[in-house]
Amino acid sequence: MTRKQRRASLIAISLAVLGVAVGLVLYALNDTMVFFYTPSDLTAKRLQPGQRFRLGGLVAEGSVKRGGGTVVEFSVTDKIKDLQVSYQGILPDLFREGQGVVAEGKLAPSGVFIADSVLAKHDETYMPPEVKKALEQKGVWQGAKAAKQK
Amino acid sequence: MITEIGHFALVLALAVALAQTVLPAWGARTGQAPMMRVAEPAAIAQLVLILVAFLALMNAYVTSDFSVENVVRNSHSAKPLIYKISGVWGNHEGSMLLWVLILALFGAAVAVFGDNLPDRLRALVLAVQGSVGLAFLTFIVLTSNPFLRLDPTPPDGQGLNPILQDPALAFHPPFLYAGYVGFSMAFSFAVAALIDGRIDAAWARWVRPWTLAAWMFLTIGIAMGSWWAYYTLGWGGWWFWDPVENASFMPWLAGTALLHSAVVMEKREALKVWTILLAILTFSLSLMGTFLVRSGVLTSVHAFAVDPARGVAILLIMCVFIGGSLTLFAARAGGLRQGGLFAPISREGGLVLNNLLLTTACGVVLIGTLYPLLLEAVSGSKISVGPPYFNMTFGPLMLPLLLAVPVGPLLAWKRGDLLAALQRLYLAAGLAVVTTVLVFALQRRGPWLAPFGIGLGAWLIVGALGELAGRIKLGSEDLATTWRRLKGLPRSALGMTAAHCGLGLSLVGIVATSAWQSELITTMKPGETRAIAGFELTFRGSAPRQGPNYREEVGVFDVARSGRAMTALQSSKRLYDTPKQMTTQAGILVSWRGDLYAVLGDRGDQDAFAVRLYFNPLVRLIWLGALVMFFGGLLSLTDRRLRVGAPRRSKLPAAQAAE
Repeated sequence: MTRKQRRASLIAISLAVLGVAVGLVLYALNDTMVFFYTPSDLTAKRLQPGQRFRLGGLVAEGSVKRGGGTVVEFSVTDKIKDLQVSYQGILPDLFREGQGVVAEGKLAPSGVFIADSVLAKHDETYMPPEVKKALEQKGVWQGAKAAKQK
Repeated sequence: MITEIGHFALVLALAVALAQTVLPAWGARTGQAPMMRVAEPAAIAQLVLILVAFLALMNAYVTSDFSVENVVRNSHSAKPLIYKISGVWGNHEGSMLLWVLILALFGAAVAVFGDNLPDRLRALVLAVQGSVGLAFLTFIVLTSNPFLRLDPTPPDGQGLNPILQDPALAFHPPFLYAGYVGFSMAFSFAVAALIDGRIDAAWARWVRPWTLAAWMFLTIGIAMGSWWAYYTLGWGGWWFWDPVENASFMPWLAGTALLHSAVVMEKREALKVWTILLAILTFSLSLMGTFLVRSGVLTSVHAFAVDPARGVAILLIMCVFIGGSLTLFAARAGGLRQGGLFAPISREGGLVLNNLLLTTACGVVLIGTLYPLLLEAVSGSKISVGPPYFNMTFGPLMLPLLLAVPVGPLLAWKRGDLLAALQRLYLAAGLAVVTTVLVFALQRRGPWLAPFGIGLGAWLIVGALGELAGRIKLGSEDLATTWRRLKGLPRSALGMTAAHCGLGLSLVGIVATSAWQSELITTMKPGETRAIAGFELTFRGSAPRQGPNYREEVGVFDVARSGRAMTALQSSKRLYDTPKQMTTQAGILVSWRGDLYAVLGDRGDQDAFAVRLYFNPLVRLIWLGALVMFFGGLLSLTDRRLRVGAPRRSKLPAAQAAE
């Protein structure tokens, strides 16, 4: 096999591998991408029940209800709208009322968000960037400056 | 006083790095030997100075010097000593100092051990290494100085995040950094070779051991992180395709390709372009990982809480080094002398396929990690890409690679016989098929692909051992000869066998845990029993307990198997004093079959606790496999050839005139 033939076959195989990879990536991205919304986004987007997405906001004060079993109910708010969330399982340690939270799951026909995972925060001062940005956009994020002014 | 010395040493190191970057490079350009010789003492001086700075910071932590802002933010007098020490690198500023320390360590290694390198190359390598150090030291001194003081001195610190107060996580950063900062050496060598315009087998012989060392540490660092996440976060999972995890995994993938490519370069002087490109790519991925973790652009359990301004600075550094090196590569790579030829079906060909598949897999992970960022920057919509994406793309790409792994070493250099190689793998293939069928028959649930995964693991392990057996002629000669052959084998061959076996072990662990994990989420009152995976757990109740800097609520579970009492598992929820934060400790029972994993949740009504139980089959194999890979690398490092050095061509006597 000449050097040129060898190079050509190498390029052909590389393109084949890359092609397969690109195909997989495009398919997977389309299929598995999960959008992030806040409660007020939902009414604007008019999401169908059964669609998978991430819900972010603050845990509404006084909304956490632990039933008899392992199901926990709480409400996520972006200070404009609230959404009721139902989660079966153990909540992460840093989950607290009034703090930022991101939950992933589906909207049930009843309008309650059934979460199958709740993201833990990193530390006291950490706020998931998406939540912070979303709240900023809605004009309800006070941030450190406001806290200092008090 | 000591803190001031440390601060001074840090700034001095910055000046030395400037000298190390500029003078040897200028000397190399103009051929002035004295300027080139500045490189070695500069590199050693830089190591000493940064070490002084690092030890000064450590001293501030150990003595709880709260006049230092970094110590106030991240430490507390009540913290146990070991976490005071590990707290040094448990924050942004301190970990950046560790970063440049390891960078300087590898630079000094070139200075001390690099006598047999050509002068010009050595000077250039140290200049490039110095430039990376210069960039990051400037970054540290200007934006992330760990020695800033607070006046007035607060009485005590704010404490270390309790999640970080853990032995595995305490030592995970040093291993991780020794790994991906260690790849800076390959990077420096690659850029230096491009500037020099030459690259040969001696270059590869020099680069390979240090790249191997970095790769080994990175393997352990990633495994430690995974193991820590498993027993700490309480989710029974060991890998989440979290952006920060991916940030360490991508250099590992590229680094593995680099390692194999360097082998070909050393043996056959081929794949020069691949090797240089991979060296640049691997360290670029390390830089990108550093950026991702600290810039605040990503949501992650792991991310440091850092302000975006620093992220911009790292992004700039990244663009300069990655852009600069790739531009240099584009300009100079064509000028490199063509190496040895080889047929497509050969060991070199197999390794090219290896490179191709690993870099493509790395690229796929890169896309999944960066796509959310790009989409948000372009369209403003926020999305997340999670495990389903990665499983769908990474898995299928790894499959052909794993199939090829046992075949590659059986192919000859330059021109290999594929059929002959496959024939020698009959035993491995047969055992793999038998394993698949056995597992298929035994499994009662789980994905139908899982037995194939286990079979693939068997293929890898038996294939690697079979190749070794073939080399030492096990079975066809008497034991004494076989033993002699085994001892005479180059250590790197044994290292390869071990590493590939380790890969197979990890694969078996991954498939088993992913396919057959049992999970039970329930509530339990004291006295109640639940069954999972053949175990019966009885909740005895909970009691409070006091720790050194926390209060905990400990739940005890009696574990029995088929009625026979075995042991007790404890799981607790801890409330730390400073900062006030809760963590969960899981109770884990390790057995040959797998891990029984119990997590105590919140107290509900009437003394009932939320409880989560898991059984993770063979999960320990994942980290055991990583450990075996590490030892394979260690074996390879002790190879005699690395100590002897590259062979020098002796001058042949002039041919005798015909009589």
